[in-house]
Amino acid sequence: MKIGVVLFPGSNCDFDTIHAFKEVLGKPTVPLWHKDHDLQGVDAVILPGGFSYGDYLRSGAIARFSPLMQEVREFAAKGRPVLGICNGFQVLLELELLPGAMLRNKNLKFLCRHVSIKVENEKTRFTRKARKGQVLNIPIAHFDGNYYAPPETLKAIEDGGQVAFRYCEPDGSLSEASNVNGSLHSIAGLINKAGNVCGLMPHPERASEKILGSEDGRFILESLVESL
Amino acid sequence: MKVRILVSFKDSVLDPQGQTVRNALHTLGYDAVQDLRQGKVFEVELAGVDRAAAEKLVPEMASKVLANPIIEKYTWSVIED
Repeated sequence: MKIGVVLFPGSNCDFDTIHAFKEVLGKPTVPLWHKDHDLQGVDAVILPGGFSYGDYLRSGAIARFSPLMQEVREFAAKGRPVLGICNGFQVLLELELLPGAMLRNKNLKFLCRHVSIKVENEKTRFTRKARKGQVLNIPIAHFDGNYYAPPETLKAIEDGGQVAFRYCEPDGSLSEASNVNGSLHSIAGLINKAGNVCGLMPHPERASEKILGSEDGRFILESLVESL
Repeated sequence: MKVRILVSFKDSVLDPQGQTVRNALHTLGYDAVQDLRQGKVFEVELAGVDRAAAEKLVPEMASKVLANPIIEKYTWSVIED
């Protein structure tokens, strides 16, 4: 088993993510350079958090045209797993591997804090180690995490069980206050129809060791590893 | 040829930055301001392209790269021949 983490110019959670998979979970993990056309035979691709290409134009908009994204597209089309974290989620939206788009947070502030998210769909390869409705404590750090999709797309997402995570109160209830960035339907993470592409704004790699204040991110990282 | 492309949020999409700018103008006493939408401007120099070719090229670039059609719309015009 081998996991690949894509390095874009401006990624800043790339080595945290490699650390989480390699050192914390003990799985072989390699960096994948965005300019290459080589996925090095990995079994899962992670698009990490950060500010690829300085967030110029729109978050994730330029990274989408990176040479390696052609291979990532083909990899995803074959049903192989792709996980996008924060900026990686934004890249997946721009790539149209997941539906919708991101707007600036509702209060126009960069939000960097721990939040509660609820596992909405526990039957995915990214959530299988968690229970339905389980509340995870995982940090967010973003400016553009206000999820938007047109009404008909939103309905299809809900009907298809494609909402993986929602922002919630620590007891799992939904509220306007806990929906920190203003996302439609409190959406914090999505999965595609085929179930092999997942994107979420919270950073599971930043909640993978006790010393970081939470280990809840491991439910997500370990679910993926277990599914390989 | 030089073209100018204006990208802004669709009317159905909230524009919190535009609202904040509008509120700032209200605070300064510009009560005539009813609504304000913020957008982006791109001025693009094109070489070896006539108007007919630009009619095809500009919308393609705008919808593929400059604007995200899920949340944004665009208009464009030729500003220099």
